[in-house]
Amino acid sequence: MSRLLSEEEYRKTKAFKIKRWYRGEKDPYVGAVELKPQKPFTEDINTMKHRVRDEAILKRKIYDIEHNRKLQIFSKFYRAVSVLFVFTLIGILLYMVSYLPPVGNAANPDNNEVATKYIEDAMKDTGAVNIVTGMILDYRAFDTLGESNVLFIATCTVLILLRVDNRSKKEEEEANDRLYEPKNDIILQKVAFFLVPMIIIFGIYVILNGHLSPGGGFSGGAIIGSGLILYVNAFGFKKIERFFTQKTYKWICFAALLFYCLAKTYSFYCGAHHLETGIPLGTPGAILSSGLILPLNICVGMVVACTMYAFYAMFRKGGF
Amino acid sequence: MDFVQNFPFFSILLSLGSGVLTSIMSKRVARLWNMFILIVITVMSAVLFVYLLGVREPYTFMMGHFPAPWGNEIRAGVLEAGMALFFCMIMLLSLIGGQEHLDKEIEDTKINLYYIMVNLLLSSLLALIYTNDLFTAYVFVEINTISACGLIMITQSGRTIEAATRYMIMASLGSGLLLMGLCVLYDITGHLLMSNIKDSVAFVYAQGTYNIPLVASIGMVVVGLAIKSALYPFHTWLPDAYGYSTVSSAAILSSLVSKGYIFLLIKIFFRVVGFEIIVDTRIVNILFVFGLLGMIMGSVNAILENDIRRMIAFSSVAQIGYIYMGFGLGTTMGIVASIFHILSHASTKSLLFVAGVGLTDASGESRKFADLTGSGFRNPMAGIAFTIGACSMVGIPLFSGFISKMQFAEAAVQNSLQKMLPTLICLAVSTVLNAIYFMKTVIRIYTPASKNVKRTQAGEAAIIGVKEHPLYNVALILMILLNVVLGCCSQPIVDWIIDGLAMFG
Repeated sequence: MSRLLSEEEYRKTKAFKIKRWYRGEKDPYVGAVELKPQKPFTEDINTMKHRVRDEAILKRKIYDIEHNRKLQIFSKFYRAVSVLFVFTLIGILLYMVSYLPPVGNAANPDNNEVATKYIEDAMKDTGAVNIVTGMILDYRAFDTLGESNVLFIATCTVLILLRVDNRSKKEEEEANDRLYEPKNDIILQKVAFFLVPMIIIFGIYVILNGHLSPGGGFSGGAIIGSGLILYVNAFGFKKIERFFTQKTYKWICFAALLFYCLAKTYSFYCGAHHLETGIPLGTPGAILSSGLILPLNICVGMVVACTMYAFYAMFRKGGF
Repeated sequence: MDFVQNFPFFSILLSLGSGVLTSIMSKRVARLWNMFILIVITVMSAVLFVYLLGVREPYTFMMGHFPAPWGNEIRAGVLEAGMALFFCMIMLLSLIGGQEHLDKEIEDTKINLYYIMVNLLLSSLLALIYTNDLFTAYVFVEINTISACGLIMITQSGRTIEAATRYMIMASLGSGLLLMGLCVLYDITGHLLMSNIKDSVAFVYAQGTYNIPLVASIGMVVVGLAIKSALYPFHTWLPDAYGYSTVSSAAILSSLVSKGYIFLLIKIFFRVVGFEIIVDTRIVNILFVFGLLGMIMGSVNAILENDIRRMIAFSSVAQIGYIYMGFGLGTTMGIVASIFHILSHASTKSLLFVAGVGLTDASGESRKFADLTGSGFRNPMAGIAFTIGACSMVGIPLFSGFISKMQFAEAAVQNSLQKMLPTLICLAVSTVLNAIYFMKTVIRIYTPASKNVKRTQAGEAAIIGVKEHPLYNVALILMILLNVVLGCCSQPIVDWIIDGLAMFG
């Protein structure tokens, strides 16, 4: 109802829509969002029979409850003994902690020449303002190389366990992908539309500034990974597959880790033979400084982001 | 610096890098590449070993531009190089021996993932062997654990998944204890580099200020590594993990993964804490008791088992018990015997697993003893190999097991009476128990199948000729050779171990 507009034009305005929503005449979700109420959990008689039979088999055949004296005794005493054991362990550890050097005492054994050199010389030696990054990617880069391979091998294990390579199973998984949540949730999509670019840009900032400010490859990669997960939650796998598929994942991980390995091999080799690497350290504080640390941070960041996203995709539908 | 001295560094980085490379390879290329890399690393380790035998001096290698307490460092001596060579050989042979089963049991698209696991496992083993830094050791212990888990569950059946879950839980507990122990050790010494910790620990121990945290941290490290290497009361993950995984995995897990942790423990004893302090804190006595228990209980469990793979797995529990018993003796002789037993057990156990799978193949995939009757005739090569492995485990002269038992006995005789008697008695009892279950199996596989049995599925299985599986048989012959070499030319090997231990200190 408007005095200025005709009825037809008035129906197109926002004010009318808000009023309609306010009066409760129309739910904006209906029609726009796929609303699929979650089915209450029911078990049909066949699966129930299966379950009961499986449990019986487990007890009788695998554990052989009736004849397995060891297991009977074990199940009786297990709780009491484990509680006792845990409390004893806690007691021992607390007793031990009371004998450790007090926190923050200047005379502690760990206040030695190692920590002193890190604090005093890190900027000069590695060119990184952030000492922690300098330590993990330059002083003790071998450990970090191992650590990024831990991530890599963890994803490989998840791939072994969850990747679905069978085509028919793959289609089934795809069909069941949205079983428990609505498709095209407008609120989520609008929020993701604003948040995802910001999250990813922030992640890139954290990675690129790893040698200047707190952060680095591991934390920045985790941020980017969470951005990707939010994106796929809001828009679905179809959209993300335009730029990020299993193949992209494979090649990004491969390239990043291989570059890491090669770069560090070169740097270790030069270091051990007291040769110059020829990689300039730059002025500390500039974005292009600190030699290999920046590219390595980028590599670690890419590996971590891919790992996070791959975990999510694998657990959700066994592939992406 | 000689060029040869780069080899430890090259072999670690090469296996890490090739793990990454394998991720984009197809199945066939991955297999060839993996073989190639393994052979290259074996050759490098061999050259390094010969070089170090000539030089007779350990050396440290700087990983990066910064010297040791600040940067990372690896260290190679005769013992390390020899171990690396030995581990590479065993891994190569187990992979060749189990190759056909890999093809059969693993999905085609996932075989290259298997080779990633193998490559990273090798790199972590090498890093555990060569590292001179405790935190590096911890990082590679993690890689080792995860890749071992992957090796177990690559054949996807309910039992392997269950075994992998169990392994993961136990191994995480072990890693957690190890990490806590290392943290406490860092707190009271302020170092992560092995040689520096040793100096500070000697100082701290002499002063007596931090004795309780020191003992607790040693305890946590020892228990953590003992869980990971399946010392007796912590062995529950082992039979399923070795019994149901594919045969290469079982051979690699039993002969390399647990041995890597034990080698790290020896390193911690000698290069981090100092063996005198370890003996002085009497932690070795606890290891001694559990080692003896494991020797007996592992064999008893193996006798009760009706599944050949699980029987071999339980035998591993007993053999790990031997190794810890050697630590428990608290003398250098005991450690030498333990290290020899690591070699002997690794070569024999992989032989037994690979031969055992040949026998079950000849019996229609059945692992029950009743079906194995006469399988030694159906697959002659596997039968011979299994018999030799069994003889070696029992301790028949000419084979490696005999020498290690003799070494243990010699070490025990030089010890005090309280330790000598239990050791000798348990050695004797355990040998008899070993003989019971291994000879039972050998007699079983060489009993001609009677008419009733022939009608069953097992009896109808085709006779597997020697020429049909060339790779499998070559692997078996090489493993037998390795075993006989260990058994017949033991003196140079023992000398090498003694030299290597002397270089450790």
